Amino acid sequence: MSHTLRQVGIDLQDSEENRALIEAIRVDNAELTVRHLPGLVKLQAAGQIVINRETVENRLGREWETGELQLALVSYAGNFSEWDDDRVVVRWEH
Amino acid sequence: MKERYSLLTRDLDWEPSYVPREKLYPFTSYEGIKVHDWDGWEDPFRLTVDAYYKYQAEKDKRLYAVLDGFAQSQGHLTLSDASYLNAIKLFIQGVTPLEYAAHRHFAYLARYLEGPAPRFAALCQSVDELRHCQTQIHTISNYNKYYSGFHSWSKMHDRVWYLSVPKSLFDDAMSAGPFEFLISISFSFEYLLTNLLFVPFMSGASFNGDMPTMSFGFSAQSDESRHMTLGLEAIKFLLEQDEDNVPIIQDWIDKWFWRAYRMSALVAAMMDYMLPRPVMSWKEAFELYFEDQMLGGLFPDLEFYGIKPPRHVQQAIAEKDRLSHEVYKILHNFSFAAAFTTSTPTQDHMRWLSEQYPETFDRYYRPVWEKHERIEAAGGRAFVMGLPQLCQVCQIPMAFTEADDPSRISYRRSQFRAETFHTCSDGCQWIFEREPEKYVQAWLPVHQIYQGNCGGPTVPDVLAWYGIQEGDNGEFKGSRDALAWTAWHAEGTTGSSNGVAKEV
Repeated sequence: MSHTLRQVGIDLQDSEENRALIEAIRVDNAELTVRHLPGLVKLQAAGQIVINRETVENRLGREWETGELQLALVSYAGNFSEWDDDRVVVRWEH
Repeated sequence: MKERYSLLTRDLDWEPSYVPREKLYPFTSYEGIKVHDWDGWEDPFRLTVDAYYKYQAEKDKRLYAVLDGFAQSQGHLTLSDASYLNAIKLFIQGVTPLEYAAHRHFAYLARYLEGPAPRFAALCQSVDELRHCQTQIHTISNYNKYYSGFHSWSKMHDRVWYLSVPKSLFDDAMSAGPFEFLISISFSFEYLLTNLLFVPFMSGASFNGDMPTMSFGFSAQSDESRHMTLGLEAIKFLLEQDEDNVPIIQDWIDKWFWRAYRMSALVAAMMDYMLPRPVMSWKEAFELYFEDQMLGGLFPDLEFYGIKPPRHVQQAIAEKDRLSHEVYKILHNFSFAAAFTTSTPTQDHMRWLSEQYPETFDRYYRPVWEKHERIEAAGGRAFVMGLPQLCQVCQIPMAFTEADDPSRISYRRSQFRAETFHTCSDGCQWIFEREPEKYVQAWLPVHQIYQGNCGGPTVPDVLAWYGIQEGDNGEFKGSRDALAWTAWHAEGTTGSSNGVAKEV
C-alpha cells in the first residue's frame, strides 16, 4: 500500500512557545489539516509532515534545534523516518 | 547529531571478556525470539544523555511554574466543579502507581537488553516513568489539602477492587519475558492506546480548569511520544530480525491489545461521565485515535511484515457506543466502596450524551439514569450492596454486553483443572485459555473478600482495610467535597478569604 494515501499526524501543545513552530509547519506542509482542541493543536496530512529547522528559525527569530520538538510534541501517528539537525519527517514506512 | 549519538550510545558498549554473553544477558532467549543483529536497532530521536537531561529539565521547569501559579492563585477554586476531581482521584489511585511499575521494569530492560541502543532507550524511559510518578504526586498533592480521596492512593492501589484492573495489567506484563513486556507496554499500550488514554483526557482537564493536570499530562505525553517510538522501533526491529518472530509477536499483539483496551474502559467512563464539561466522547476519541490513526495508518504499515490487526478488534469497535455507559454504571452502583464519589448525570449532561451516542443513549441508558433521578428526588440513592462476579482476566465486573446484542450480558465459561472460570468477552476468554496457568493465580478482590483476606466480613471492615475514610466514597451531592465547594464559593462573593482547608 502506498504511504502517500494515509494520514500522518502530530499533536502539539497549544502554547505561546509553540506558535512559531506550528506556523512553520503550516508553511512547509501545504495540505495540512489543523484542528484545535483545548490545550492542543492536532496537525494531520496525507502522506507526510515535514518540519524544517530553517523555517522554524525564521518564524521564531532565534536558533532552534530539531531536538526541541520534544518540548512541544504531545503525540504523533506515523514513523519518524528522518530526524537530523536540519529536518524532521513523519511518514508511514510501507 | 548522528555522530554524537553513535559516540554516546554504541561506542560506550563493550564485549564481555571474562563472562560469557549468555550469562551477562540471561533473559533474552527463553521466549523464542531470535535476534541476529542488535545493531539493527535505530533510534530516530538519536537521543544522547546530555540532550535528554537538557530537555527534561526544561519540561520540568515549565511544569513547576504552572503548579506554583495555580497553587498561589487558589486555582482549585476555578475548576469547573468539585465533582471533576473524582476523575483525578481515579488517576492518582490507578495510573500513578503504574508509572512507578513501568519505571521499575524499564530499569530492568536497561540492564538486560543486549544492544546498547535499546538499553539506553529503556534507561531514558525508566527515568521518564519515575519523573511521571513524581510530577503526578506533586501536582495532585495540592488538591489533597482541600478534597477527599487522595490520601492513601498507593495503599488503595494494592487493595481496592476497581484498582485491581490497572494493577493486574501491569503485574501481567511485568511477569512476562522482556520481549513480551516490550510488545505489551511499549507497543500495545503506549503506541496503540495511550493517545486514547491521555490526549483527549488531558484536553478535558484543560477544559475543566485543571491546568496542573493538563501540564503534567502533556509534559508526560511528550515523553510518551518517545516511548511510542521505542514501541514502534521494538516491533519493527523484532519483525525484521527473523520471520520466526512474526507469529509470536502477532499472538502478543492479540493478547495485549485486548488487555490494554479493557483497562482503558475506565478512561471511557472518566471522559464521558466524570468531566463536568465534557470535551470529546469516548466514541469520537476511539474513532480518531484508534480507528483512523492505528487501524487506518499503522496496521497497513505492519502488513508488510505479515502482521494483522489485533484479534477481537471488531468487538472493540462494536462496543464503542456502549463501553463508557456500562462502565460508569458499575462505578455509580459501587461507589459506596470506592475512594471517589459518583452522581447521576444531569439533564444537560444527558443531552450531550444523547447527541454523542444517538444509537444507544436514549434507548438503553437514559431510562436507567432517569430512574436514579426519580429515586434521588424522593430522597433515596441506589447502590448495589452485593459483590459482583469479576472477569478472571481483566478483573472488571461482568457487566459488558454481547458485541451483537446490547441487552444481553456477555458471560464466557472455561474449564481448567476441573474448575470453572468466568470471563467477560471473547477477548478475555481467548487470553485465559491461552495461558490458564497464569490467570488462575489472579488476585480477584471479590474472591479475596469472601476468603476473609480483606479486613473482615462487613462493608465497614473492608473499607477500613482499603484505607477509605468518611467523605471519600458514596454520592457526590451532599458529600464533604460538595459542601466545602459550595461554602468556599459563597464566601468568595463577600470578599472574605476562601479555599482554606477546614472542616465543613
